[in-house]
Amino acid sequence: MNGLHYFVFGIYPYIALAIFILGSLARFEREQYTWKSDSSQLLHRGRLRLGNILFHVGILGLFFGHLVGLLTPVAVWDALGVTHSFKQMVAMVAGGVMGGLCLTGLIILLHRRLSDPRLRAVTRPGDKILLLWILITLLLGLSTIFVSASHRDGHEMVLLMSWAQHIVTFRGGAADFIVDAHWLFKAHLFMGMTLFVIFPFTRLVHVWSGFGSVTYLGRAWQLVRPR
Amino acid sequence: MSHFLDRLKFLSRVKSTFSDGHGAVVDEDRKWENGYRSRWQHDKIVRSTHGVNCTGSCSWKVYVKNGLITWETQQTDYPRTRPDLPNHEPRGCPRGASYSWYVYSAQRVKYPMIRSSLIDMWREARRTLDPIAAWASISQDPEKSRRYKRERGQGGFVRADWDTATEIIAAANAFTIDKFGPDRIIGFSPIPAMSMVSYAAGARYLSLLGGVCLSFYDWYCDLPPASPQTWGEQTDVPESADWYNATYLMVWGSNVPMTRTPDAHFYTEVRYKGTKTVAVSSDFGEMVKFGDIWLAPRQGTDAALAMAMGHVVLKEFHHGGKSDYFRDYAKQYTDMPMLVLLREHGDCLVPDHFLRASHLAGNHGEANNPEWKTLEIDATTGDLVVPNGTIGFRWGEGKVDDGAKVGRWNLEQKDGGSGREVDPLLSLIDCRDEVAGVGFPYFGGEHDELLVRNVPVKRIALADGGSALVTTVYDLQLANYGVDRGLGGGNVAASFDDDVPYTPAWQEKHTTVKRELVIQVAREFAQNAHDTHGKSMVIVGAALNHWYHMDMTYRGIINLLMMCGCVGQSGGGWAHYVGQEKLRPQFGWAPLAFATDWSRPPRQMNGTSFFYAHTSQWRHEKLHVDDILAPTADRGRYGKLSLIDLNAKSERMGWLPSAPQLRTNPLQVTAAAEAAGQDPVAYAAAQLKAGTLAMSCDDPDDPANFPRNMFVWRSNILGSSGKGHEYFLKYLLGTQNALFCDESDTVHPSEVTYREQAAEGKLDLLTVLDFRMSTTCLYGDIVLPTATWYEKDDLNTSDMHPFIHPLSEAVQPLWESKTDWEIYKLLAKQFSEIGGPYLGTRKDLVLTPLLHDTPGELGQPLEPRDWKHGECDLIPGKTAPNMTVVERDYRDIHRKFTSVGPLLDKLGNGGKGINWDTRHEVRELAGLTRAVTEPGISEGRPRLDSAIDAAEMILTFAPETNGHVSVKAWEALGRITGRDHTHLAVGREHDKIRFRDVQAQPRKIISAPTWSGLESEEVSYNAGYTNVHELIPWRTLTGRQQFYQDHRWMLDFGEGSCVYKPAIDTRSVAPMLGRHGNGEHELVLNWITPHQKWGIHSTYSDNLRMLTLSRGGPHVWISETDAAQAGIRDNDWIEVFNLNGTLTARVVVSQRVPPGMCLMYHAQEKIVNVPGAETSGKRGGIHNSVTRAVLKPTHMIGGYAQQAYGFNYYGTVGSNRDEFVVLRKMKKVKWLEAPRDAAREG
Repeated sequence: MNGLHYFVFGIYPYIALAIFILGSLARFEREQYTWKSDSSQLLHRGRLRLGNILFHVGILGLFFGHLVGLLTPVAVWDALGVTHSFKQMVAMVAGGVMGGLCLTGLIILLHRRLSDPRLRAVTRPGDKILLLWILITLLLGLSTIFVSASHRDGHEMVLLMSWAQHIVTFRGGAADFIVDAHWLFKAHLFMGMTLFVIFPFTRLVHVWSGFGSVTYLGRAWQLVRPR
Repeated sequence: MSHFLDRLKFLSRVKSTFSDGHGAVVDEDRKWENGYRSRWQHDKIVRSTHGVNCTGSCSWKVYVKNGLITWETQQTDYPRTRPDLPNHEPRGCPRGASYSWYVYSAQRVKYPMIRSSLIDMWREARRTLDPIAAWASISQDPEKSRRYKRERGQGGFVRADWDTATEIIAAANAFTIDKFGPDRIIGFSPIPAMSMVSYAAGARYLSLLGGVCLSFYDWYCDLPPASPQTWGEQTDVPESADWYNATYLMVWGSNVPMTRTPDAHFYTEVRYKGTKTVAVSSDFGEMVKFGDIWLAPRQGTDAALAMAMGHVVLKEFHHGGKSDYFRDYAKQYTDMPMLVLLREHGDCLVPDHFLRASHLAGNHGEANNPEWKTLEIDATTGDLVVPNGTIGFRWGEGKVDDGAKVGRWNLEQKDGGSGREVDPLLSLIDCRDEVAGVGFPYFGGEHDELLVRNVPVKRIALADGGSALVTTVYDLQLANYGVDRGLGGGNVAASFDDDVPYTPAWQEKHTTVKRELVIQVAREFAQNAHDTHGKSMVIVGAALNHWYHMDMTYRGIINLLMMCGCVGQSGGGWAHYVGQEKLRPQFGWAPLAFATDWSRPPRQMNGTSFFYAHTSQWRHEKLHVDDILAPTADRGRYGKLSLIDLNAKSERMGWLPSAPQLRTNPLQVTAAAEAAGQDPVAYAAAQLKAGTLAMSCDDPDDPANFPRNMFVWRSNILGSSGKGHEYFLKYLLGTQNALFCDESDTVHPSEVTYREQAAEGKLDLLTVLDFRMSTTCLYGDIVLPTATWYEKDDLNTSDMHPFIHPLSEAVQPLWESKTDWEIYKLLAKQFSEIGGPYLGTRKDLVLTPLLHDTPGELGQPLEPRDWKHGECDLIPGKTAPNMTVVERDYRDIHRKFTSVGPLLDKLGNGGKGINWDTRHEVRELAGLTRAVTEPGISEGRPRLDSAIDAAEMILTFAPETNGHVSVKAWEALGRITGRDHTHLAVGREHDKIRFRDVQAQPRKIISAPTWSGLESEEVSYNAGYTNVHELIPWRTLTGRQQFYQDHRWMLDFGEGSCVYKPAIDTRSVAPMLGRHGNGEHELVLNWITPHQKWGIHSTYSDNLRMLTLSRGGPHVWISETDAAQAGIRDNDWIEVFNLNGTLTARVVVSQRVPPGMCLMYHAQEKIVNVPGAETSGKRGGIHNSVTRAVLKPTHMIGGYAQQAYGFNYYGTVGSNRDEFVVLRKMKKVKWLEAPRDAAREG
């Protein structure tokens, strides 16, 4: 395979991760006042509640689905007795449902943002790029379901898992696993990785805080600080 | 350390816990807290205020941070009042606190802006021509001038530079002076008190050129002509702290909490002292909720209410003899004992002139001004006496400047001739010769138009051998009010329940107020005044004064106060607050503003008559003089005269001023006179008489009589006070307008020339100075960016408190803006360079009317005669305007502008009829601001370079801010009154208030004879206080407060005594009903335009914060009843229109508003949220788009004691509340967003 493939799926993931982590860190350190979700709820209600919930349920489902599905070692699944074909079917169904929810929510949110003049006025180019980026990534991801449906043995899925696990464990040759993957998968992967690249420069940073807020569950009710 | 690493200190973060682990002490970085701390940090605080027509005059702390103005808070360091009296601080309302928004807003005018079509033509012309020829080539070419005039108000400004902008203006001014005359250069700027130096800058420039300053107080209709009529005083009122001294307080048509916010606390506090409060308002204004009683008369009928209260007081307290205090007060301080001649009219007698010494044999021993001395009867001897204090004693009485106390112009109860004590007889009822039926005109409609009532009279012998019947003003008033004195005859009421004008029962029909309430309030008001010797007070506001017959309401209320002895007593009297009219250091300021240090007299013009003539509103007049004449008038005297005819008559008789003055350029008149070897004044008088020289007022539509250049600064006339907005646009500016009136059914003048073809676009150049792109700026040809109120040094005073305090430069003027002082200084320089060599030295002939507080106020004593009709000779200064030749060297305008001139040394300084030597102050100022060293006419004179120098000039020359001057001024007055008044000022003789002092803390001013109240540690400032306690006469014909007005025109228009007059019919609705139908129900409502709630005082509503708090654009209030009838719901878009024009707005449906009227807060800008109107197809207008000024003849009277002209003192006023409009829901709201095209041009 050519050098572009190795760059995109062997080297680019590290660039993306580096930008994602260092970028977030830099923004957190230097631009505390910009660290926010930029909610537009006060400007216009519209179908915010519906779209917002659908979108967030969907995208969180997809995030955790991908996380667990891609990064759990094959040996674990084997030990649990989960067959590759069954896992693929679960991934297709769950991913399809979550993707559907997310897509519906996203379209509602996009419509709301672009149809209301007040919201349009406060929408920056970065916001539009982000939403469209998620939309394309999502559509690509959903369309892979149809590719997967044509070979239900789970083989391609395992190759993708291997790629992902090799990347996160810093093992060489990760790109080799997916040389023959369908172009839809490759496109989806590229778009997905790039989402991490643009992450620190957009309102997506509020995702960190979203996870950070989980610590509220364990903290004391009242915090005070000494001088 | 690091935000992120701090978060990672999982183990060491929690230092300890408490409350069973519910709380934890955590070790976290706290730098983020600095964000909150630095929020209120700042680099400096500068004291400034808002130069706006708000009586608040609040001192503010302006905060500057990183070189930016950030916010403002109230100053709290006013000098304290005194024990047992609340303080004036803190002052400042949330509207004022929103001002800093403007400084960096998108509304800000940052650079000089010029209309693009004009600057294109200018650049083109300047390639080949010098500036003056260039201006002539554009402005005098009909096609070229139309090109930029018709674009006024429709955008198209381009950024220019100061050189070009000032070059055009200077060239236009110079060309206009040469071609048409300096009196064609007009300036409009209101309310000097709000920023005195800024006002003075423009006025000084104009006055040095010979240009004209327009008055504003009358045009705004804030001037109550009843005040000059009654007291000879423009307006003088108590400071707000004196409300706290009142023990019975009526708040009548003044929305104190909303419009006098920083002072409203006195109104609430005094209630805790036990003072009873009564609110009078037709709508549920905010002050109503503080009232123990709310009287809600139908709008415009307040005079009926006041008359009915007067009836109760006269009947119970005067006729009933309940109060010695009232009787003694009336004797000494009012015209009540003065005798009035009765003349025959049909079957009855009617009141005529006051009896004068000149009517009696041998002038009753009076050699000086016998025709200006009125008489009373001494109760002890029964003799006719000429008492001290009448206006005849004010002028020419002995040698008044030799220091000897020869004056008898005082209110000591003495016979002016012999000096013996007299006891004035109030009523002739006990010594009457007979009882006669005297007719009183009635305008209410439902009774006879002449009500004959029996009055006790005496017959006296006249100088001509005949005899006449006389009575006293007291007897006339009791009859006028319909009090039954047991003299028989009709039209008097024995009971309050009789339906006879002016009983409480009678008023019910007109006002809808229950008679019991009227009786109760009147009794309580009077009883309180009796018990406390005058501590009953009425706060009145513009709500009453904006009606055509405002004088009747005001006089009705003032009469009530005078009957009860309240005027001039601490805690009592008349408290009229409309506009920041009190320029405390007035006579230090006047020489600066009107350049009377270099040349006298300046040209001044009454705004209302000017705009009425030059915006051609007279062409649309629908009120006939006949409509308002009293039944007692000799109608033949008025023939077919219209209102503009009467105004022109008044101008040529020297009553009202003129601008422009003569059809011929005054520079040419003097040149022609000199060529003919004649004195210019005699020459002009002869030419006028011969008819070869015409006054401009006789033909306003003649291009020779157009005002040509106009400056507007510190004002938003086209977005606010411009009554007849669409007439301004059509006739003065020549641009797009929505005037529907086609001049059919209008009154044509019979003496003033009426031209079939109306003149449009009279102004060649409109220059507007502002810091924001106001509605007026949009109509300007050149807009000059001024400094905001936080970027300049200036002075500010108010009638509400006794302090003087500054505006200060917190940051330097931003972008390319300059202060008004620097702009006019720059203009003076440009003018001297461009116009100086062109014009050289010229002689100007200046016309001035017979001025109040000068000997000229003794004009024609009895019958007004018109020289033009051959009724008398033309005598300048007596039967015609004064004429003065003034030499102007146009090369020296800048040198004169920037230095104090020599006339102050030569002629002294002064005002209100007194004059003092001020050479000492000239030297003092030269020491402060340094003397000019550059060679030229100003060498060695005190320098006026900066605005602070100008402020120091004001402070140095004014008695209010320089103790030495104050003592001199009181001495000067003492020479006329024959009494020593200096004790009022000697305590502060060595006090000198300078600019740095007021920057440190607001300073309490020093008492001065220019005002009728005192600044002291014993009493709060109260109007008329020195009249009552120092026995200084009121500046009226009788020297007393006048119930009765005896000028022929006052009598002819039925206002000799106060009467009730309903609103006039402006005839502007009927032709419009159904003419532009859109299918919606058309409501016809009375149009009321009160004070802003959501704007910084009366203007500045385009502020984002104010818009956010209100409806975000123009809005009109209507009642729920009317809304339901027309199917209108709150916040609907509506259109409001009549023959005068149209406007669009959202509607507020509210219980506050009674049915039959609608309210639109005035001065809502045309620039925010104004859609197109369905009727006109053009963008909707402003609140004045549906109004038109209508003049009142009685306001044109002049040369007659208190009824003599003074700038902003007397003259026609721009009333607007008698107007009705059609209001209906809009079907389609169009925003007219497309670019301008030919079809939409004017």
